[in-house]
Amino acid sequence: MMDVQSALFYAFSSILLFAAFRVITARNPVHAALYLVLAFFQASGVWMLLRAEFLSIALVLVYVGAVMVLFLFVVMMLDINMDSIRQGFWQHFPLAATVGAVIALELAAVLLGGFRTSVPHVSALPSVVTPVAVTAPADAASAGLAASQAADVGHVVLAQVSNTKALGVLLYTEYLYPVQVAAIILLVALIAAIALTLRARKDTKTQDPSQQVRVKASDRVTLVKMAAVQPAVEPAPEQEKPA
Amino acid sequence: MSITLGHYLTLGAILFALSVTGIFLNRKNLIVLLMAIELMLLAVNMNFVAFSYYLGDLNGQIFVFFILTVAAAESAIGLAILVQLFRNKSSINVDELNTLKG
Repeated sequence: MMDVQSALFYAFSSILLFAAFRVITARNPVHAALYLVLAFFQASGVWMLLRAEFLSIALVLVYVGAVMVLFLFVVMMLDINMDSIRQGFWQHFPLAATVGAVIALELAAVLLGGFRTSVPHVSALPSVVTPVAVTAPADAASAGLAASQAADVGHVVLAQVSNTKALGVLLYTEYLYPVQVAAIILLVALIAAIALTLRARKDTKTQDPSQQVRVKASDRVTLVKMAAVQPAVEPAPEQEKPA
Repeated sequence: MSITLGHYLTLGAILFALSVTGIFLNRKNLIVLLMAIELMLLAVNMNFVAFSYYLGDLNGQIFVFFILTVAAAESAIGLAILVQLFRNKSSINVDELNTLKG
């Protein structure tokens, strides 16, 4: 008899594998992108089973909400000739299937035999364990009380706080500098993506500030010497009238 | 029979193998190659989360967080390069990307 968790696991993972299979074999890249969205949703379900709530929601928000929308935009923006691209698709299939099957079988043989742990570790519930000097309060009540002081103390076992809170405490104390590096990486990616795709149209009238700053008075005003009194313009000779 | 750590790791392994197969199959289609890379990262993240749960160590999830960050940056830049490529060559066929060969 299967319990609910096992049933959910098998449901999520079978749909995930099916979606992944469709991603790599779909004829139309739009379909591939949509199947990838399905795959991310299923993976998020699996992570929910593993009690990684924050990451599971973040996966949906970041991947489905941002990255896959970007993919769809690009796929739909480009006019791709599928016939030339699909050439030789089945020609590579035997090699690809062999390599894939070998990798899967090897990994499964090692993993299924080696990791029979079905009971999560005692402190698997969201908890922050930092192995500094152990003066952690023994009882759960004072541990919960000290949860807010974890940043100062650094070695308190946060028992029974939510996954998001535990991650946040860890992220903003122990991993503060990596977080900042990640922020820099995102900034660089942002600027790089804009700089790569930005192109100025030829016919727009733009201002160039550096040229504006460097302008001199002589560029603007030209003094022309001329007589004070203009000579009277002679009347133009009369044109011949048609007869 | 309850779900063991091995089940999750096997799921990640099959997912990884599928995406390697995808890279072999879609040798010419740059955009599906990018999607296969995303699937690979997902498989790796699956392992991290599974280990994090069964070993009771939250650091694994932190790692997944950073992998998500880097993957988002990677796909953004990858797609920007793809768009530039398409503007210059009117195609995303990997076979035609040989101008650096000299």
